[in-house]
Amino acid sequence: MGRLLAVGPRRHALDVAVVAGGGYLGANGRYGISLLVPGTLEATLLVNVLGSFLLGALVYRRVVVGALSSRLRLLFGTGFLSSFTTYSTFVLDATSHPESAVPYVLASYALGFGAVLLARWILRRPATPGRGRNDGGDRE
Amino acid sequence: MNSLLAVQLVGLGGALGSVLRYGAYAALPTDGYPFATLLVNVLGSFLLGVVTFGGAGDGAALFVGVGVCGAFTTYSSFSVDVVRLWERGRRSHAAAHAVGNLALSLLAVGAAWALVSV
Repeated sequence: MGRLLAVGPRRHALDVAVVAGGGYLGANGRYGISLLVPGTLEATLLVNVLGSFLLGALVYRRVVVGALSSRLRLLFGTGFLSSFTTYSTFVLDATSHPESAVPYVLASYALGFGAVLLARWILRRPATPGRGRNDGGDRE
Repeated sequence: MNSLLAVQLVGLGGALGSVLRYGAYAALPTDGYPFATLLVNVLGSFLLGVVTFGGAGDGAALFVGVGVCGAFTTYSSFSVDVVRLWERGRRSHAAAHAVGNLALSLLAVGAAWALVSV
């Protein structure tokens, strides 16, 4: 909390507003897909895998390229994508569909991690061996 | 329910859930094990269980369930957490995160069901 307070109340309030705006859009993106895609398991799987790919791209873009303003990260990463994807619906859906719970969980995990690895692979491809790869300590 | 109201309920719930999650990430350390992701996913699953098993009406289901719980919990950060832990050689932490989020969230859903049923 100290870190947040240290940047000043006005900047902090703007950060919160940016996260809220991203969250508003992300939740509606997820809601819209749930209305378009028949089947709640399929809809949740789609947002979770797509969101994992895009957040992976955001994180590895920063690791490889370095540049992305912190406010854009708040808007797309913390706000939009983290709100677009959901763990609670994923778990509730698994318990309410016991007959397909195991394949659903396995598919979500495999495709979710796979999506992050795909984003990582795409963004790291041009790096020359041993150069420009910063595995730095920061994370979303 | 008219769709404009539905969009507002989902969106405002999503905004609230996102800001609460942002607060959890700011309050908890992020340099070691990603406790914040685990915390929001377990708490949010519990709350969604309460709303679902408690038979919430359409409005509450959209605002609290789809909006707040859906946005407070996150699958994308979870996936990225696991891959980042794994690639840094902290493979037992990565495995614990993958299994722990699921096991504790299922437990939280069970606790919500028990709470609502009694």
